[in-house]
Amino acid sequence: MNNFLDQFFFGYFPYLAMTIFIVGSALRYDRDQYTWKADSSQLLRKKGMIWGSNLFHVGIILLFFGHFVGLLTPEWVYHPFMTAGTKQLMAMIAGGIFGTICLIGLLILLNRRLFDKRISRTSKFSDTFILLYLFAQLLLGLLTIPYSAQHLDGSSMVALANWAQHITTFRTGAADFIVAEVWVFKLHLILGMTLFVIFPFTRLVHIWSVPVQYLTRTNYQIVRRR
Amino acid sequence: MKIRAQIGMVLNLDKCIGCHTCSVTCKNVWTSRQGVEYAWFNNVETKPGIGYPVDWENQDKWNGGWVSKNGKLQPKIGGKFRLLAKIFANPDLPEIDDYYEPFTFNYAHLQNAPEMVTPPVARPHSVITGEVMEKPEWGPNWEEILGGEFKKRSKDYNFKEIEKEIYGEFENTFMMYLPRLCEHCLNPTCVAACPSGAIYKREEDGIVLIDQDKCRGWRMCVSACPYKKIYYNWQSGKSEKCTFCYPRIESGDPTVCSETCVGRIRSLGVILYDADKIEEMANMSDEKDLYKAQLKIFLDPNDKTVQAQAKKDGVPDSWIEAAQNSPVYKMAIDWKVAFPLHPEYRTLPMVWYVPPLSPIQNAIEKGVIDTRGVIPNVEELRIPIRYLSNMLTAGDDKPVIFALKRMIAMRNFMRAKRIDNIILTEVLEEVGLTENMVDDMYKTMALAAYEDRFVIPTNHKEYAGETPFDNDIAFDTRSSCGFSFGNGCSEGSTTATLFGGKTHSNTMNGKTS
Repeated sequence: MNNFLDQFFFGYFPYLAMTIFIVGSALRYDRDQYTWKADSSQLLRKKGMIWGSNLFHVGIILLFFGHFVGLLTPEWVYHPFMTAGTKQLMAMIAGGIFGTICLIGLLILLNRRLFDKRISRTSKFSDTFILLYLFAQLLLGLLTIPYSAQHLDGSSMVALANWAQHITTFRTGAADFIVAEVWVFKLHLILGMTLFVIFPFTRLVHIWSVPVQYLTRTNYQIVRRR
Repeated sequence: MKIRAQIGMVLNLDKCIGCHTCSVTCKNVWTSRQGVEYAWFNNVETKPGIGYPVDWENQDKWNGGWVSKNGKLQPKIGGKFRLLAKIFANPDLPEIDDYYEPFTFNYAHLQNAPEMVTPPVARPHSVITGEVMEKPEWGPNWEEILGGEFKKRSKDYNFKEIEKEIYGEFENTFMMYLPRLCEHCLNPTCVAACPSGAIYKREEDGIVLIDQDKCRGWRMCVSACPYKKIYYNWQSGKSEKCTFCYPRIESGDPTVCSETCVGRIRSLGVILYDADKIEEMANMSDEKDLYKAQLKIFLDPNDKTVQAQAKKDGVPDSWIEAAQNSPVYKMAIDWKVAFPLHPEYRTLPMVWYVPPLSPIQNAIEKGVIDTRGVIPNVEELRIPIRYLSNMLTAGDDKPVIFALKRMIAMRNFMRAKRIDNIILTEVLEEVGLTENMVDDMYKTMALAAYEDRFVIPTNHKEYAGETPFDNDIAFDTRSSCGFSFGNGCSEGSTTATLFGGKTHSNTMNGKTS
């Protein structure tokens, strides 16, 4: 990959993506909340939902937090306990397990989405697209495991973490950490960032609305005044 | 004591002729749209029958309503953690086939078909897939007038503890109609189960609504409601329910189903209740106490202290006055002839039912209608008492018998009075009625003039603010948009939208291709 593309995708694109992600979500929430929903199709077909949806969601949530902690934990935090190599191994194993869980669920959901007439006929373009997109991204993610296995010293992982930490803390030179990485990591990163770009325009917005406040609601009943 | 007011409804099943006018007018107003073709905010079922959606009364299957667990009230579908664990895929959610796959007919074919040997036929097409359906298999009135076989019908939940086999015999068959709508409960499970907090009860009139903007489609309410009266709109991805026609109620008009009821079976009126007692009363350990417990929540609008407290709690004067003339209060509390539907679900429903009288089982054999004195023996009615009490009082026969006796007494008394010109006070004494009460019962339940059925005060928006006539609050909404599909006043009607539009166009007009 030439220098311009490296700079663009790993230096500037993250900020573009985050901006679209945040501003897009805010605008949709403000202007079009009627479209803000999980958009479940369970009513139309229950088959495949219990296994498919649960495995997919559990897998992807674990993957999300895995990436979050893995990329954004500074080196000095985990160094007292483990070496970068150990951390890489943990990431590979955990990612492999969570990824497989998610993959199984995703395949069940995808099968339902594409080949069950009730679901395919009621799908918006974005519903099918997002599943295929996540499928591709998940395969890329799992493909990074054999590549990582070729160098177990943790250096590649440290570089990726440094990139993420530089980006999130607005430091220059972030893209330089990525230049030397293998194509599969680069593609996984680009697809990952693009996911934030398409996020506000799909059903993914339901992630913002995880109903945690339900657990802290003191009263079961809700009464609204005139 | 915290007094709130609610517009309640009573349906006099004794007069329901099962014409479905309520269902059709409701459908035309509220659910003739994409995504809710299968939904009937109001539907009329023939009982015995398992109903719509299939077997809805059976909470072992659907987990609707509440349970009293270790002395605490909790939704049957689970406490907060267990409920959220079901959010990715809700095992208690009915599938659309449990209601029915909505269909339309290719009417155009009737006009456009070329010359054929046999006359052209309009075939059902699924509204969801657009494909021809071999045959529709269920619907909101599938068991209409005992359609179908007894074996299926006898799975009706209300047959519990009844030797039901004899009712399969032709001579012993019985039936009744049950119009069903949202119960606008005092203790609604749908509200409790909504993770987004989008469902709420209105303080001023008790109507339970879903905030369409706040609903995120987690669909817990659908399974939490034991009456299965919340419907998931598969097109909009939001849940919808009976609105009690609140725009009409607010301006003092009856709901569409009540307004159009041909048999004049529906009454609407104000009930004052003590909101502080709800939790305690819904938590009775014995299910059979729940009906009486709910009566204890209701307050006497003629009581001076109640009136004073109601006023203090913000109930407008016109509402207190309406409560005194409320036909609902009279039937449910004064005369005790109306009952809640399935109080054992612990939701404290606010749509009540007057049980139907039915012909005397063995009248012909006995030559005359058997009477003990003048009142026929209620236990000999064709519809078994236990069936009614399983439906209306959690299996407690006594209140149902009492109500039926009162209704028979009213009939006998009025028949003697109007035809034979005799005043039969002894009929009344046996059931604890006075002549005045019977006159009022007759007026409210039998004649049921429009003004006596519907005593609905208008909503007082001017009291919405801290002070009466608070300009910003009271009049701000007057000229703004009315009923809309979310997005405030934005119509959201463009077909192309950045955030995902509709996948379907309306096919209920018969244009299937």
